[in-house]
Amino acid sequence: MGKRWRLALAFLLAASTVLAGCGGVKQGAGAGDKQVLNWLESQEPPGLDSSISTDVVSFNILNNVREGLYRLNKENQPEPAMAKDVKISDDKKTYTFTLRDAKWSDGKPVTAHDFEYAWKRALNPKTKSEYAYILYPIKGAQAYNEDKGDAEDVGVKAVDDKTLKVELKDPIPYFLMMTSFATYLPQREDIVEKYGGDYAQDPDKMLYNGPFVMSDWKHNKSFQLKKNDKYWDKENVKLDTINFKITKETSTGVNYYNTGKSDFVNLSAGFVDKYKDHEDTVTFHETTTFYLQFNTNEKFFSNEKIRKAFSMAIDRSIITDKISKIGDPAKGLVPPNVEVDGKSFRDLSGEHLKYDPEKAKELLQEGMKEEGIEKAPKIELLGYDTDTAKPEQEYMKEQFKKVLGVDVQIQILPFKQKLERESNGDFQLSYAGWGADYNDPMTFMDMWMTGGGFNRGDWSNKKYDELIEKAQSNPDFKERAEQLVEAEKILMDDQGVAPLYHRARLQLQKPYVKNVWRHPFGADYSFKEAYIEGKE
Amino acid sequence: MGRFVIKRLIYMVITLWVIATGTFFLMHSLPGSPLENEDRIPPELREQILEQYGLNDPLPVQYVKFLGDLVQGDLGNSFKYDGRSITAMIMEGFPASAQLGLQAMIFGVLVGVALGTVSALRRGSWVDNGSTVLSVLGYAVPSFTLAALFSYYVGVVWGVLPTAGWGTFAHSILPSLSLSFLVIAQITRYVRTEMLEVLGQDYMKTARAKGLNRKTVIFRHGLRNALIPAITILGPLTVALLTGSLVVEQIFNIPGMGWMFVDSIMTNDYTMIMGVTMFYSFLLVLSIFIVDILYGVVDPRIRLTSPKE
Repeated sequence: MGKRWRLALAFLLAASTVLAGCGGVKQGAGAGDKQVLNWLESQEPPGLDSSISTDVVSFNILNNVREGLYRLNKENQPEPAMAKDVKISDDKKTYTFTLRDAKWSDGKPVTAHDFEYAWKRALNPKTKSEYAYILYPIKGAQAYNEDKGDAEDVGVKAVDDKTLKVELKDPIPYFLMMTSFATYLPQREDIVEKYGGDYAQDPDKMLYNGPFVMSDWKHNKSFQLKKNDKYWDKENVKLDTINFKITKETSTGVNYYNTGKSDFVNLSAGFVDKYKDHEDTVTFHETTTFYLQFNTNEKFFSNEKIRKAFSMAIDRSIITDKISKIGDPAKGLVPPNVEVDGKSFRDLSGEHLKYDPEKAKELLQEGMKEEGIEKAPKIELLGYDTDTAKPEQEYMKEQFKKVLGVDVQIQILPFKQKLERESNGDFQLSYAGWGADYNDPMTFMDMWMTGGGFNRGDWSNKKYDELIEKAQSNPDFKERAEQLVEAEKILMDDQGVAPLYHRARLQLQKPYVKNVWRHPFGADYSFKEAYIEGKE
Repeated sequence: MGRFVIKRLIYMVITLWVIATGTFFLMHSLPGSPLENEDRIPPELREQILEQYGLNDPLPVQYVKFLGDLVQGDLGNSFKYDGRSITAMIMEGFPASAQLGLQAMIFGVLVGVALGTVSALRRGSWVDNGSTVLSVLGYAVPSFTLAALFSYYVGVVWGVLPTAGWGTFAHSILPSLSLSFLVIAQITRYVRTEMLEVLGQDYMKTARAKGLNRKTVIFRHGLRNALIPAITILGPLTVALLTGSLVVEQIFNIPGMGWMFVDSIMTNDYTMIMGVTMFYSFLLVLSIFIVDILYGVVDPRIRLTSPKE
């Protein structure tokens, strides 16, 4: 009996090697200097209907198979795409776009009507677009979206097939960049109507006007992009095929990478320490700020000196160098890669945050005296339940105890539950984060105005409100930049919020993959001019 | 028999209704809404979209609507996966999960029965000792640990089988193997224990005394009796396989439906939570039902009709 079993086992093993061998040979044949890129995405794309997409996986695909008026280039600056040219009025509130001769993948021309239709569709309350607010800079957009205005009053009009006129509510310097965002992509009315609820659910139920077309989509398993023959700038598109594997587990992705099944993997926090010295690493700096927000309705945190003491008690470089081992310590609210008036905002605004335990102790005592508080109350810190955040929260708790002598209890909550308590103002201190929607400091700054929906701690400063309001409607972009710099200074001096660090991600990418552009806003990647070189 | 089946079917429906109701209200007690960019959407827009979805209606109203749709077999559309039908999504994922579960089950039961029988017949031999060690490991080591080890050693270090992915039979070997360990462990222990007991029974001696050969005695008289307890645990085992495949599917990147569980709960995708829960509950209730019927087939002593009162 024993012998027979061993025989059976041997046979099983033999059979499996043969089968595995077949798979291996097939994979190998695809190599060579063919322009094929193998990439990973973290989940099934939830929706490629650009009017309602909200997630970065969908944005990544849309950015490569579709194209808006402008597209972000290698330096993350907007460059003309579907638009050939734009005329901006003196008050910077009217944009007249002239479209180039571009075609949809079915051969029909891309017209100004496709833009007007798509934008109004996203704003139509019936579309239930969760990102509709990104169109609010357009005159009348918010009113229509909130069912308080008409579609006719929205400031977007196709004058003729090639001319699109857009009127803005306020003069904003970042509008051209916004036209590269997914919600601003054109759509063809006949196709949307034809497929109804099935629109964009499969590759043949949508149209493409970008560098690639989606050629295959096996739901929850994989999808594939192929070069678009009808693309206006196809000379600059070098890749023939991009294969995406949907891979949720980082460890699985790493295995794919190490066995050559993928040319790329995005590493989760747990893998950073192990791979940070790997030769293929690429650091992807997000435009995200993580911060401590204080509930200023609490007597304790209504005092600016106490807030400052909490901010000064934390050595931010410990978080980025020792704990998460990646990311940049915050010097202010706005991340280093955000620009204003063509310059880095951080360079203009400088450094506002420092670690000073002695000063922190002093400030706490002064602040408590001012408020007539004898002994610091027990503080509860609302925290994230992620593996990345837990040690960071522990570190902060330890610092508050060590430096300030204040007991802080960490309340770890699932994301949605934490959000609910923050929205209800049911917290004292909370650890939170915000990512940019567009390349302008305003995306981080308008939220702290008095009464703002995301100003959960109800911090309020008249001077700050005034400056932001002025900046929002200032057509002089140089002066506007100065106003924003001044506003950030107020927010930091008053410590309405205590920024901690800007997040970054570690990725592995094979050295033969060239020219993949990474964007800190909207979509993560552009493959338009990417190519393969030197893969044996 | 007929009455028994009908009675069990009615119980099945009641069980499913209780599960549906419980899950529905528990799910709605989760904080937050199914909106995906909930942390960024302006509050006014949020309210308006919830209104459009009917999520601002009183809970009983939503419940009645949900139950009405469920009775008609309509599981609705996903919130997160813009408008995709839940039924279609389940049907896309189920074949892979089912294949995995089935392969693990068949392999596990075959190996388990064989190992259990041999261990009982050769008590104290190396096969017996080896199978004991294997069983302890199978019980103690979770399937996802095995999965990660297999994927790394067999896939990356030795390069014999694909590290992950789905498509060919080769892709399904490692995940099935990781899942089957628990089956092997349980079946082996049950069969061995039961076989030892059966071997000592008088009827076994009688059978031998009749002059039947050893093979017939062991298989026809011994194994058949020893299998009854093993069948009992097939129901719960099926469930363990289905739920256990959740993480294994992720590690091997299999487009099954295990991910839907976690994903839908994390994002409050109400329709998907209900759809997946109802689907799994149905499978579970069905598997228990089948096991009940199987008893009668394997062991004629178990009557499916109650004796006359």
